Amino acid sequence: MLRLILRDLRLVLRQGSDATAALMFFVLCVVLFPFGVGPEPNVLMRIAPGVLLIAALLAALLSMERLFQGDFEDGSLELLLLSPLPAEGVAVAKVAAHWLVTGVPLMIVAPLLALLLRMPVDQLGLLVGTLALATPLLSLIGAVGAALTLGARRSGVLLPLLVLPLYIPVLIFAAAGLDAGLSGLSPRPHLLLLGGMLCGALVLAPLAIAAALRAAHE
Amino acid sequence: MHRFANPARFLKIANAVLPWAAGLSAVCFVAGLYLGLVASPPDYQQGDTVRIMYIHVPAAWMSMFTYSTMAVAAAAALVWKHPLAEVYAKAAAPLGAGFTALCLLTGSLWGAPMWGTWWVWDARLTSVLVLFFLYLGYMALVDAFDDPARGNKAGNILLLVGAVNVPIIKFSVEWWNTLHQPASVFRLGGPTIAASMLWPLLLMAVAFQSYFFAVVILRIRAGLAARRVQTLRLGQAG
Repeated sequence: MLRLILRDLRLVLRQGSDATAALMFFVLCVVLFPFGVGPEPNVLMRIAPGVLLIAALLAALLSMERLFQGDFEDGSLELLLLSPLPAEGVAVAKVAAHWLVTGVPLMIVAPLLALLLRMPVDQLGLLVGTLALATPLLSLIGAVGAALTLGARRSGVLLPLLVLPLYIPVLIFAAAGLDAGLSGLSPRPHLLLLGGMLCGALVLAPLAIAAALRAAHE
Repeated sequence: MHRFANPARFLKIANAVLPWAAGLSAVCFVAGLYLGLVASPPDYQQGDTVRIMYIHVPAAWMSMFTYSTMAVAAAAALVWKHPLAEVYAKAAAPLGAGFTALCLLTGSLWGAPMWGTWWVWDARLTSVLVLFFLYLGYMALVDAFDDPARGNKAGNILLLVGAVNVPIIKFSVEWWNTLHQPASVFRLGGPTIAASMLWPLLLMAVAFQSYFFAVVILRIRAGLAARRVQTLRLGQAG
């Protein structure tokens, strides 16, 4: 399983394009907002959590389509499913690789962008913490959609249609946590709920991904 | 449940049930609409807008009922490869989407005069909106594959994943402070609405339910026929 994660990471590092494209998308998406709503500091600070989270969500979605597609097309997914590693293990490994490649860079870049959006410096730790809970959730939920749409016609349109509604709860609690932090309240309850969702998704999502992969493999 | 796995046996029972369900639905719709729109008293606070509830509440119940039964059918299809379960889920999906849309629309119409807004982003409304998108996503996913069996399987998994939303909808009014009022019919300690309003509501609920059964039987029949046509065509081609 570790070997599978390392293989995926190596693949991404050698091509480079997919992961950096998602990251660039995230950066550009956030940078567009000050032009759209005007550079008023109070407005920017108010919308900063939402803008950062939605941009992160779309960036995760953007890279999600390729998660299983390449392996599905060249047949390595079939071999992975035939290997002694259970399909759930394959799912966890693929999701972990996706998170390391897209989620972690997002967490590193997000504080810089938050400063551009005039978020106070003492909130940056909270931002990184929230993203640390939210981005693995995005990877897990998105991977379910990616596995379900394998081999579908117009899967590029279908994937957001399936996954975005399921992203809503993540967005709600992550944004509520950041907003609470900005207005001086405790973000703890929202982050606890987010953590609970992550624990649940860590157990349930691999089962769904594995079932979907097996269905695609038949 | 497995007794009804045979489509022929199922169709025999379904065909016998169909006219009764359709008839019951028609009678209850007429009686419920008359009682609800004409005979029942206006609410002391809401006035005549309370009559929207006689459509809104049954539609909301049905949207949940449809999704829950579809999720159970999806589980049955995945675990036992029950042949009718997939046909049922596929047949019920547009109905469920329709009930959900009706629920959202009537709720919005009621909210405009009562809450002073067409829409608020509270937990109940948001979770029902997610339910609506789940229906749409399921229908799009099932149709997106060249091989219908693959589409059904993917759809079933999506139904099970989306089932987490059902308890969230049900308990959203208790877990969060919502503008939407908490349950007043199915609650511990009995319903809190007056009998003159409860009766038309229950009649409408029976009407929606039997309408659902009648239409779903028709759609299952059509789905089974379509499947048969496809196998016959494949047989000819081979």
